[in-house]
Amino acid sequence: MDWLEEVKKMVKLKELPKEELLLPGNATCAGCGLSVALRLAYKALGPRTVLVIPACCASVIHSPFPNTSFASPCLNIAFEAAAAAASGVVAAYEKRGVKNVTVLAWAGDGGTADIGIQALSGAVERGTNFIYVCYDNESYMNTGIQRSGSTPYGAWTTTTPTGKRQHKKNVPLIMAAHNMPYVATACISHPLDLISKLRKAKEVEGSKYIQILVPCPPGWRFPTEKTIELGRLAVQTGMWALFEIEHGEFRLNGPSARLVDKSKRKPIEQYLKEQGRFRNMTNDDIEVLQEWVDKSWEHYKRLM
Amino acid sequence: MAQMIIDTGNHIAGYACRAARADVIAAYPITPQSPVVEQIADFVEKGEMDAKYIRVESEHSAMAACIGAAAAGARTFTATSAHGLALMHEMLHWASAARLPIVMSVVNRAMGPGWNIWADFSDSLSQRDTGWIQFYCADNQEIFDTIIQSYRLCEDKQVMMPAMVCHEGLILSHTSMPVDIPNQKDVDSFLPPYNPPWILDVNEPVTHGSLIYPEWYMEFRYFMYEAMEKARKLIPKIDKEYGEKFGREYGGHLERYRCEDADLVLLSMGTIGSEAKIAVDRLRNRGLKVGAARVRVFRPFPKEQIQNLAESARMLGVIDRQVSYGMEGPLFTEVKASLYHREDAPLMTGFIAGLGGRDVTFLDIETITDKALKYLKTGRVEKEIEWIGLKR
Ligand SMILES: Cc1ncc(C[n+]2csc(CCOP(=O)(O)OP(=O)(O)O)c2C)c(N)n1
Ligand code: SF4
Repeated sequence: MDWLEEVKKMVKLKELPKEELLLPGNATCAGCGLSVALRLAYKALGPRTVLVIPACCASVIHSPFPNTSFASPCLNIAFEAAAAAASGVVAAYEKRGVKNVTVLAWAGDGGTADIGIQALSGAVERGTNFIYVCYDNESYMNTGIQRSGSTPYGAWTTTTPTGKRQHKKNVPLIMAAHNMPYVATACISHPLDLISKLRKAKEVEGSKYIQILVPCPPGWRFPTEKTIELGRLAVQTGMWALFEIEHGEFRLNGPSARLVDKSKRKPIEQYLKEQGRFRNMTNDDIEVLQEWVDKSWEHYKRLM
Repeated sequence: MAQMIIDTGNHIAGYACRAARADVIAAYPITPQSPVVEQIADFVEKGEMDAKYIRVESEHSAMAACIGAAAAGARTFTATSAHGLALMHEMLHWASAARLPIVMSVVNRAMGPGWNIWADFSDSLSQRDTGWIQFYCADNQEIFDTIIQSYRLCEDKQVMMPAMVCHEGLILSHTSMPVDIPNQKDVDSFLPPYNPPWILDVNEPVTHGSLIYPEWYMEFRYFMYEAMEKARKLIPKIDKEYGEKFGREYGGHLERYRCEDADLVLLSMGTIGSEAKIAVDRLRNRGLKVGAARVRVFRPFPKEQIQNLAESARMLGVIDRQVSYGMEGPLFTEVKASLYHREDAPLMTGFIAGLGGRDVTFLDIETITDKALKYLKTGRVEKEIEWIGLKR
């Protein structure tokens, strides 16, 4: 059966719980992809979820003391420490016999690919029973759009004013190398896929890693109404691939499953030209990036 | 049953962790702390201790995991030394500001470079302002007793602050001494289960550690300040209660030895304090009116107790196993600050000794005494800060 059909059977958007766990009135920017991801993830996991959040946009958007926009408990923690702190929460619940609670570390790409990768690797190597979500807005937004290991080649950031010269780090594959039971990627433009992956992760015992691409209007320089569209373009051009690796079994999901053939993928220009951050890329730069995208897909093909 | 065992300071810290019934231990090995975590691993794996032991990949993660666990309602323990403690620095602030009563064994070791695994207080004293209560022990029994006392203190609803219980690397960490391990029932009656006033609970959702604006930040820091003042009052009470139950107490903040009629009191911390007692006995035999006072608690600093000492002593000699570059020994600074407002303050002189594990013997302490007494005689401190035993 088509994977998408399978997902659709699991859930229709209409069937999602009406209850909002990410409460309105929070402090996200207009058009924020992160808030869409969190809202959906929360709906997928339900109120018996404990969030562990390091320094990042998510640590700001829940609003300053004494308010909060989270309807379940949340532990804020230092930038590099989300996975380690989550290990502590998990251990405490195990010791105290607290059952049926999902511990969800929710971190940005900087807190994941860069400063937090050690703690993440350690927690996963130990088999900590938790879900780690990296919402990937491809730079340090909290501190004003600085490059991260997850920023793509050519992108302008405030610390790469002429464009980043290195390619994006593939953290999902790094995580897969930990032999963890579940690794997946998702994008806010494909909510059913995103929700089903979180639901699946909730059922799996052990460490789960999900990286969600979340377009960010101020950081990527695009109009606030285009967030979902950009997510879709990222998937259609192959800049972002939707896949999951279940107990080492790699498979492309949904629309990405149909994009292994290069001719089916849109040229990356269509994605790049919508965003100010790629404005200064030369044709040569675009070629370099396109080549990298194609190579990544060759790699995925070998994994299938 | 209570039992007398002979074991090292590090293993005894592990016994204390077991007796305190810590729920979650997260730790990373470093010389000379490693036997603490090895002992605990042994207890957990043999089923002698019902705890979750997280073998983290760094000290930063050790403290982060303790924070997560304590916030989720577990009694937590960790242990470290020197570079491990320095790596934790950020999370030390986090633990105290999150008001989590984590207890940590710090096996004091000098900071590199060059690599040095021997004792001094440069690791823990560098963490002075992180909001941790700091105890310094002088023997293995005191390590055990202080860890148990610390949980009682830290988990008191008026306090809710973390504590480090320090003992000097190799000097105590690897030296066996007889230690009385009390009956578990008695420990349990002294130390009730951890019952935190705030916890990560899905039935009562609260966001911990939110962004906080200048409008409120200061109030929370004032609460911490207040909590430390409460701890200051509770420390001698808890020590006394412990003494009544187990027959051992340590003078609260300050252990005094033959200070009553002393002209000169030698102040120090940790094992130099024990060595000072030997020196005092010898000096007394020479007819010199010398006493020793050992600062057990560096935070909250026992300023009133120091003031009481100054009532009778005409001179204070302060021995520091650490130096604050560009100033002096940190203990010396605190002692002076405690007496600043007194017109009749005694003469004071500071000594730096025993860095990087260099021995400080009773003979060194006698040298220190001779210098201090000379100043007392002339009424003038010629050299305010002096390094002892320095090769030049
Ligand atoms: C140890 C430490 N270094 C630096 C910072 C400053 N800082 C806070 S958030 C952040 C960037 C977060 O980036 P990312 O994880 O990508 O999340 P985003 O802000 O993009 O949501 C930085 C550099 C910090 N809080 N702690
Ligand atoms: S900067 Fe980007 S990720 Fe952060 S809140 Fe704004 S839109 Fe969302």
